[in-house]
Amino acid sequence: MTATNRINIRINQRGQNPLLSVFFTAGFPALGDTLPIAEALAAAGVDMLEIGMPYSDPIADGPVIQHSSEVALRNGMTMELLFAQLADLRPKINIPVLLMGYYNPVFQYGLERFVRQCQAVGIDGLIIPDLPPQVYERHFANLFEEAGLANIFLICPQTSDERIRYIDSLSRGFIYAVSSASITGGSGPITDTQTAYFERLNGFKLRSPHVIGFGISDATFFQQATKYAAGAIVGTAFINLLNSHPQHYQDHIGSFVQSLKEQAIPN
Amino acid sequence: MSTLSESTLIDAEGYYGTFGGAFVPEMLYANIVELQACYLSIMAEPSFEAELEILLRDFVGRPTPLFEAKRLSARHGYQVLLKREDLCHTGAHKVNNTVGQILLAKRLGKRKIVAETGAGQHGVATATVCALMGMDCIVYMGEVDMARQQPNVDRMRMMGAKVVPATSGSKTLKDATNEAMRHWINHPADTHYIIGSAVGPHPYPDMVARFQSIISSECQRQLIAQFGLEHPDAVLACVGGGSNAAGAFYHYLSDERVMLFGAEAAGLGVETGHTAATLNLGTNGVLHGAMSKIIQTADGQVIEPYSISAGLDYPGIGPMHAYLHEIERVVYIPVTDQQALDAGFELSRLEGIIPALETAHALALLPTLDLPHGSTIIVCLSGRGDKDLMTYTKYLDQYTQSAN
Ligand SMILES: Cc1ncc(COP(=O)(O)O)c(C=O)c1O
Repeated sequence: MTATNRINIRINQRGQNPLLSVFFTAGFPALGDTLPIAEALAAAGVDMLEIGMPYSDPIADGPVIQHSSEVALRNGMTMELLFAQLADLRPKINIPVLLMGYYNPVFQYGLERFVRQCQAVGIDGLIIPDLPPQVYERHFANLFEEAGLANIFLICPQTSDERIRYIDSLSRGFIYAVSSASITGGSGPITDTQTAYFERLNGFKLRSPHVIGFGISDATFFQQATKYAAGAIVGTAFINLLNSHPQHYQDHIGSFVQSLKEQAIPN
Repeated sequence: MSTLSESTLIDAEGYYGTFGGAFVPEMLYANIVELQACYLSIMAEPSFEAELEILLRDFVGRPTPLFEAKRLSARHGYQVLLKREDLCHTGAHKVNNTVGQILLAKRLGKRKIVAETGAGQHGVATATVCALMGMDCIVYMGEVDMARQQPNVDRMRMMGAKVVPATSGSKTLKDATNEAMRHWINHPADTHYIIGSAVGPHPYPDMVARFQSIISSECQRQLIAQFGLEHPDAVLACVGGGSNAAGAFYHYLSDERVMLFGAEAAGLGVETGHTAATLNLGTNGVLHGAMSKIIQTADGQVIEPYSISAGLDYPGIGPMHAYLHEIERVVYIPVTDQQALDAGFELSRLEGIIPALETAHALALLPTLDLPHGSTIIVCLSGRGDKDLMTYTKYLDQYTQSAN
């Protein structure tokens, strides 16, 4: 089974239930927490994981994710170490797993080497917000396609119709719909502008399903957003949970995931 | 070395060779594309040119003098000409860019301005034009820089700007830039981001270089009118992000008779780990939206820079300079804190001009160059040193004693 399929299959098999994807930063709160957190989330019933590759200058992130990256880097997280930790990812975890981060660390690591490592450890897709679609298309699309890796592109309320169609044509897996004009870490409740934007997205009949992220801070917002999408992504709210229980997060992940899932209305 | 002209320097997608481009998250794409599409046509509009010219003359005080520094010349054995950007309103070249960008922002229908600042000179220049145009102004400034450039913080506030401390990372220019970009992501519709140097995603490096290019176009005219010279033998400028250097070099880039030298801040020394000498230490990478040289770890994490000068304390550099370095059109020389202080006190003593610490780095090149005796050298005197008095004062005793 190729990696892209793992994302597609999960999305297709979600049935009536919206997909819940959770973001967390590798190497946070402690260096060795990456895989234990991934396992706990998978065991709690999360549908997809996004593991953040920490970067010193995360311009699209708010204070909470910035802080988690700073701590992870101070803990000694590196790309090399992350791939070493992820060597045990499969078959322990069966849900799709994506890496999310900024272009510069990936560029330094070397794109070909990076893609090969992703393939080796069973990563399904990548989210690199500051890698422009045009650069991806020109230089990396073939590399990713051959490796069966899905590159996930962001769209946001200002993205033009024409560009949404272009991004859809390049997309594999899903499209990441940023919930509003903002960095990460915002919060609900959902506004009329957002509802209009989500409805506009649904009007396109895109090839790829879209998943909503940024600002999904609680169960209510998750429930509202997933009325308009295949699923939603929770990041800052989960990092906040880790901040509250840096030692004993294992005791809280189950109920955190449950609270999001239970209140979600099947769509 | 290849020949350069305006048209071969940068391509349609904003690349200088392999450097430049626009590596921005989707949330900034619409704003960046709008700027890319219209910056050249707006700048070429007769009404824009006319308005800019009047502001540069009557508000900024241009043209700035090209002053023959006779005692400094005698000391170094060259004919040293100082391009007096320190005499611009607000005390540095930064205002050449902010005047241009605020007129552009108005034509784009923006009502609010966000900016980052290091030394505070760009923040002051931005606050100034915002007051002039009646626009809201938010300036992000590293907490460390707010402390070492306190007078500039007060000036910005006095003109109605809101100064917000950047408290992440090294709490200096890089972090202030991160915060300004985040602010712009959060307020894309009504806000224009006035970047303070020739850095950032395309079209900023080119746009800022064009607004600053008035420095070298005036030099060309003044050199002929005052000294009967067609060209200087060399031009010297300090390089933080690279805007005053871009402006001072711009119209000489294709003139191979003119040697160009950039002074980078070496801090305590290039090899000490406390430095901001990007071109001498940096490797290719993406920071603040452009592919350029950055000081970073092998793992792609940006290293926090150090320089005595807040305006040069930046781990990146504009993509145009990365390219000019690569093709060896410009020679970039690291200058330590100590060399800069020596040069700053020397100019004060010999010419009665206290230069900004940034500018002092350019002056510090004079004793290191090996040019023929009597060569004509233009130094871009990018700013005045009032804002740095607190730092200079720490060394005052040392220099007064050594002078006696
Ligand atoms: C007086 C002065 N010169 C030079 C610089 C460095 O910037 P740039 O390299 O963009 O000219 C600054 C930055 O704050 C400055 O204030």
